Amino acid sequence: MAKELIRLTNLTMEFDGEKILDNINLYINDHEFLTLLGPSGCGKTTTLRIIGGFLTPTSGDVLFDGQRINAVPAYQRKINTVFQRYALFPHLDVYDNIAFGLRIAKLPELEIDQRVEDMLDIVSLRGFENRKVTQLSGGQQQRVAIARALVNRPKVLLLDEPLGALDLRLRKDMQNELKRIQQAMGITFIYVTHDQEEALSMSDTIVVMDKGQIQQIGRPEDIYNEPKNAFVADFIGESNILDGVMIEDYCVEFFGRKFQCVDKGFSPKEPVDVVIRPEDIDFVEADQGHLCGTVTSITFKGMQYDIIVDFKGFKWLIQTTDYQPVGKRVGIRLNPEDIHVMKKSAYSGLFGDYSSYSAEYDEIAEDTADEE
Amino acid sequence: MKSKRLLAPYVAWMTVFTLIPLGVVVYYAFTDSLTGQFTLANLNNLGAYLPIFLRSIFLSLISAAICLLIGYPVAYTIANTSPKWQRMLSMLVMLPMCMSFLLRTLAWVAMLEDTGIINSLVTALGLKPLPLIRNNGSVILGMVYNYLPYMITPLYTVIMKIDPRLIEAAQDLGCNHRQVFTRVILPLSVPGIISGVTMVFVPAVSTFYISQKLGSTGTTMIGDVIESQFKTAYNPNLGAALSLVMMILIFICIGFMNRFTDNDEEGVVTP
Repeated sequence: MAKELIRLTNLTMEFDGEKILDNINLYINDHEFLTLLGPSGCGKTTTLRIIGGFLTPTSGDVLFDGQRINAVPAYQRKINTVFQRYALFPHLDVYDNIAFGLRIAKLPELEIDQRVEDMLDIVSLRGFENRKVTQLSGGQQQRVAIARALVNRPKVLLLDEPLGALDLRLRKDMQNELKRIQQAMGITFIYVTHDQEEALSMSDTIVVMDKGQIQQIGRPEDIYNEPKNAFVADFIGESNILDGVMIEDYCVEFFGRKFQCVDKGFSPKEPVDVVIRPEDIDFVEADQGHLCGTVTSITFKGMQYDIIVDFKGFKWLIQTTDYQPVGKRVGIRLNPEDIHVMKKSAYSGLFGDYSSYSAEYDEIAEDTADEE
Repeated sequence: MKSKRLLAPYVAWMTVFTLIPLGVVVYYAFTDSLTGQFTLANLNNLGAYLPIFLRSIFLSLISAAICLLIGYPVAYTIANTSPKWQRMLSMLVMLPMCMSFLLRTLAWVAMLEDTGIINSLVTALGLKPLPLIRNNGSVILGMVYNYLPYMITPLYTVIMKIDPRLIEAAQDLGCNHRQVFTRVILPLSVPGIISGVTMVFVPAVSTFYISQKLGSTGTTMIGDVIESQFKTAYNPNLGAALSLVMMILIFICIGFMNRFTDNDEEGVVTP
């Protein structure tokens, strides 16, 4: 059913001798909502710009509908882009901005008018036709940018952090709006963001990238529940990542204790990373727990408390609605399905320890700097 | 309050050296040269100078147009080079202005006159000397040469500030190179074109030295007439009247040109 539309093979991009993209292999299906997710400088925008035709890869191929399009310039591709910070034409009003691509394509004025009006309805900007784009709010500019791209009925729409400049509330609304438009028009969306929540809530497929390499490709549930390495586990949501040893199938040892788990297929005694999501952990009385530790801090987060518990010098983040006072001895129980085992990777030991935890961890990833 | 106080020196300067002299010009323009009585005679006489006014405006507009045609590609090229080259090339553009205006114009005389450098070469080849000087062409050449930097600089500044993402957006929407230029870059450079044309036209229309040295009696410009009224004809009242009319004409021209930018000036956006 799903038809492949774009394929990237062995894509490498170097800039001034620095590897920005390192052997990217990826295919994108027709009608798919695919998100490239990663921190600043991971190569996601570069990948998008290569697909859009604004950059030529150092090596590797870009295939569109089975045809190699490396050398096809941007203006001849059936792909349109919603740029970071919109890039609307300041010398044109809303109507002329949206009609821009159709006029270049020399469509009859009557059809242009029809399509622009339809688009204005879709993005709820009817009545704004003759406004100057400089007089619009961020959210309105953003919708003009989407309309300007979609009115050309591209096969693929590229979106480069389109919601980055909007405030949280507007961002949530636009996320739903974008998903709705994508489903209504049946267009392939390739979406770039560093916001994991945005990626999880909108995408059919997420591609997690770091340091110019693809770390994991999968459905949002898979990425969250079965992260492939410590980087993915840490970048998508919060994770406690521990050193462990896989004793045998369905049995992993960490903190000197054997736990039942649902993972298999490792070699006997293989050192592994063990991921435990903070929200999967249940508190019990100290003497009944699998592990026993001391509460060192508690922060109220609205929906839950973020509690840091010290287990033999290794600090875990636990998210729960139960209040636990600082200094209290607590026990925790882990169910087999709460324990995720990953192979060791270059990222092992870098993430997942909350010893340097600060209540502001949410802000750390909020680096919206342009990556060029 | 504080910001207004900072303006004080400038306001004082403007009053003493611009507004009061302007008043004096107006006073002279409306008084008789001998009796000092109020009169409109000076202004009534201006009809005789209409052809010269028109010629000044005509030659200056041609010069501004040629400056635009030469200057735009230069400014565009400079704006698209690396920052290091941009600094060096804009220095080069400004370089002639470090040399005295008089010297530059006299150098052209030495080049163009009948016994000048070019015609010496031409006659050495056994040909007749070319009519290179004392005509409209040589006056326009002198003005273009002298005022070209005033065209390139504002154009370069405006073109450089055009957001490269707008160019990518245009390509994304199907523009080839030519269309990117005509649909996006050119309309966005309009403020630069207007200010460049103004900055060439205004000094050119009131210039007096270039036409004296490179032109003939048939190419006299209004600046020359004004100068002669003060220096040789000893009729400062007529000179003042001519200046006044000149100034009003320039204001009208600037006002007319600014009508084009009114809508676009605020268009230089950063979302």
